[in-house]
Amino acid sequence: MSSVTETPGTGLPMSRINPKAIVRWTILFIGGVLMVTPLLYMFSTSLKTPGQIYDLRLIPSAPTLANYMEVLREGDFMRWFINSSIVAVVVTASNLFFDSLVGYTLAKFKFRGRRFVFIAILSTLMIPTEMLVIPWYLMSAQFGWLDTYWGIMFPGMTTAFGTFLMKQFFETVPDDFLEAARIDGMNEFTIWWKIAMPLVTPALSALAIFTFLGNWTAFFWPLIVTTSKELYTLPIGLTSFAVEQAIRWEMIMTGAALATIPTLVIFLVLQRFIVRGVMLAGLKG
Amino acid sequence: MQKRILMAGISAAACITAATSASAVEIEYWQYIYDTRVEAMDQLIENFEEANPDITVKQVTFPYADYQTRIVAANMARKGPDVMQLFYGWADKFIEGNLIQPLPEDTFPAAQIEEEFFPIVSAMKRDGEYYGLPTAVRSLALFWNKDLFEEAGIDGPPETLDELVEYGKELAVKNDAGNFETVGLTLDMAGQDHQWWREVLVRQMGGVPYNDDYSQVTYDDDAAGAEALEFYTNLQTEHGIGAAGFMDEGQAAFRAGRAAMTIDGTFRLGSFNSIEDFEWGVAELPANEEGVQSNYASYFANAIGSSAEGEELEASIKFLEYISSDEAMQIWLEVVGELPARRDAAMTDANMNDPIYGPFLAALPYAHTTLFVDEAAQRQTAIDMANRVFLQGQSPADSVAEAAEQEQAIIDDARD
Amino acid sequence: MVHPTESDTIPTHPVQPAPRLSMRTRSAIWVWSFLAIPVLFYCVIRFYPTFNAFWLSLTDWDLMSDAEFIGFENYRRMFADPGFWQTFRNTFAYLIYGTPISLLIAFVVAYYLDRVRFAHNFLRALYFMPYITTAAAMAWVWRWFYQPPPTGLINSALGELGFGQIEFLGSTTNALPAIMVTAIWAGLGFQIIIFMAGLRAIPDTYYEAARIDGLGEWTILRKITLPLLKPTTVFLVVFISIAFLRIFDQVYNMTTNDPGGPLGSTKPLVLMIYQTAFSSYDMGYAAAQTVVLFTILLVVSLLQLWILRDRA
Repeated sequence: MSSVTETPGTGLPMSRINPKAIVRWTILFIGGVLMVTPLLYMFSTSLKTPGQIYDLRLIPSAPTLANYMEVLREGDFMRWFINSSIVAVVVTASNLFFDSLVGYTLAKFKFRGRRFVFIAILSTLMIPTEMLVIPWYLMSAQFGWLDTYWGIMFPGMTTAFGTFLMKQFFETVPDDFLEAARIDGMNEFTIWWKIAMPLVTPALSALAIFTFLGNWTAFFWPLIVTTSKELYTLPIGLTSFAVEQAIRWEMIMTGAALATIPTLVIFLVLQRFIVRGVMLAGLKG
Repeated sequence: MQKRILMAGISAAACITAATSASAVEIEYWQYIYDTRVEAMDQLIENFEEANPDITVKQVTFPYADYQTRIVAANMARKGPDVMQLFYGWADKFIEGNLIQPLPEDTFPAAQIEEEFFPIVSAMKRDGEYYGLPTAVRSLALFWNKDLFEEAGIDGPPETLDELVEYGKELAVKNDAGNFETVGLTLDMAGQDHQWWREVLVRQMGGVPYNDDYSQVTYDDDAAGAEALEFYTNLQTEHGIGAAGFMDEGQAAFRAGRAAMTIDGTFRLGSFNSIEDFEWGVAELPANEEGVQSNYASYFANAIGSSAEGEELEASIKFLEYISSDEAMQIWLEVVGELPARRDAAMTDANMNDPIYGPFLAALPYAHTTLFVDEAAQRQTAIDMANRVFLQGQSPADSVAEAAEQEQAIIDDARD
Repeated sequence: MVHPTESDTIPTHPVQPAPRLSMRTRSAIWVWSFLAIPVLFYCVIRFYPTFNAFWLSLTDWDLMSDAEFIGFENYRRMFADPGFWQTFRNTFAYLIYGTPISLLIAFVVAYYLDRVRFAHNFLRALYFMPYITTAAAMAWVWRWFYQPPPTGLINSALGELGFGQIEFLGSTTNALPAIMVTAIWAGLGFQIIIFMAGLRAIPDTYYEAARIDGLGEWTILRKITLPLLKPTTVFLVVFISIAFLRIFDQVYNMTTNDPGGPLGSTKPLVLMIYQTAFSSYDMGYAAAQTVVLFTILLVVSLLQLWILRDRA
């Protein structure tokens, strides 16, 4: 496919060494390196001693893990890491379940009020989180949800975006499959769970990636609803840590690195998968 | 079988708790989480319970950011604490919201309070009644880097504003590119400088920042506010002693050994104590030419919750009496490092001669407390006021006038 | 959309009408048992708070005393507050500069990256990586980059090269663009991937036809690629616009010591809302500000729908 667009219109047969392509590649490469420069300097500084941080060299002259030791000893990064994991995993699981259940119902059943339910759910896409946080906060204060895992998680347990995405995908599932299962006497829940769900795994993984990433990096609501260190998620913990460190940059960079490493590792392992998921969700959503 | 034993155990335990609670009063004490504060309070409670075996005090703590909301929520549910700690600046809100009750005049006569405590406790007084008393207070001082002073050949910290400027100029070091290597004095309105400007510099220029009940901004009534701001901004623009934003925060620059002086509070001691690269000292804030001194002090007061009644109220009064005693204050100073709120407890020879606490304590008799209605918002007006001069070249007089207008609006909004 | 479900009922239709009805009922039971929890969720966690926010915006409430109905006083106060208009301008500055710049860079990179075969995945990874980082963490890295000398990386580098220092976060004019750059940087990876997906979705036959017609590269780009990419572009414009209108994480973390930058020069609407609600506890006023944000977002979203309809 890309061979078509490689040198369109030149009319010449493509040669192996195309100087234009080399220039193009080099520029793209430089751009790419610029993109990761902040990450590189973050890691580099996290390996430096306080005295070395004014040194601009990317490779520290005497790299040390002392900052990591100190941060892990003093901060609650492990705790925050666990909190973020719990929140992201539970919310993702909940979205996979409810978003696809509702998406499936809206795609595959004809019932009174279907259009109304669909429009109602879709309309919530227009309501910004920021508008809801004050009522959520008051609600949480009333029910004792402030500073609890449930308090962090409840607003995102199901989303209109996920529901819409799943509905789009379930619409491509042929009805014959479901009808056959119905004739076999399966109940509707089993049909959804056993027959329909496996047919939309690419969509499920895309939804999982988005939801997980979104919750892992979420800032605004966790900032409001969590108040004790034990309940902070990684981003909130990092912010409080950075403020407390009172501008000790090598320590802050270490904290930032610790907050970044988990997603970076996941990305490097699952790159193809993640990129495909983002493309899929972006195109359908 | 096992179940029955278990049941018996539970009912026995229930009997015991019932028995103890019948003969003893339990009161709840609330404060926010801060390791040393909680530790100090544990000690105080232990001492108090020993002297009053019929009273038990349960300490309940919440994270600082959550603290106000918790009190409000608990009060709505009528489960508020019997005794609680509150920032003096919240007093208006708490009184208006009926969260706390006035201290009984017979145990805490106003005249006696005013005689024995530093004058700043008056921030807890409304219509002749006191609503709370502090165990400890905080004030500001000048921190100075002894190593940098020695290098510059200066003997000791500045005692007057003129000396501050003079020393500052000598201590500031710039590199060839004209950028600061070291500043003479940190300029950081977002830190404690806004307090320094408000309660100290304005007064030293002959003005008064607010009227008596802090309902009216008065620093723009005469030239004092503008003169104070001009003095402050000149430190950067005229004298080149420092630059706002240098190292992001004043205390960070001082910590890193790149600031010869910084103005900060008692609460910074913990952080500065970990400095290993240089020696530092503490001095009283510089006086003006006529020797006028001022300072800003703040504190957390202990107050009695509005829901406390009957024997719980009795117990709460006793407990409050103890935690505002000389003994409690000395324990608080040793454990938390905050200054005693009573003159007798504070002005002991040992305390006054302490090279660290001495200068902070010396300031308490002449210190002022600003009755903030919204400290973050009011601080912002001061930050913006300085920035208008630094960044937009506005004249100090205009900038002060604008700040006064904004701050007055904040106060009016909160008070109506 | 109607077709698939219709086939459910067709087989039973010719036989007898009675079971068909019960079939429908049974199906309805399933439907509503599937929908029960989510519908409850949407009512309690989405719709009720929305109405609640509108109601709160008409009250004066500091959490301490009871909420007091004051009509449109909060709105009057907001529109009379120069601070509000400043955040309003700031918010739109993020949007108006940030969106086209993001879009342009993302498209150019995607357009060329799509043709690169050598180390394609590696290059793509470089561009994509910032997207999966945590904004709060990277804000601190950028904040360090932007520090004045002797701390900041950029200024130190400029100093080494003999240039004077540039004030970034401490300047009323440079602070907003400085923060915007970090937001653009963080979002590019996603946008590039989406553009690449859009480019790949264009059938090869179009290009082949164009080549046979002897069209030049620019013409192909203008006449074929860009028009066919319109749905992707519209999606991204809206997506990026909304992200800029809701910018918060970067600003909050990069200006913790003077929230919203010097003289409020970087403060977006969401930060103002946060401060009003959770620092000043002025809940009614904050709710009124959220209503304004809601209105802005609604207008942007409706514009999207309108443009999409135009296409169809």
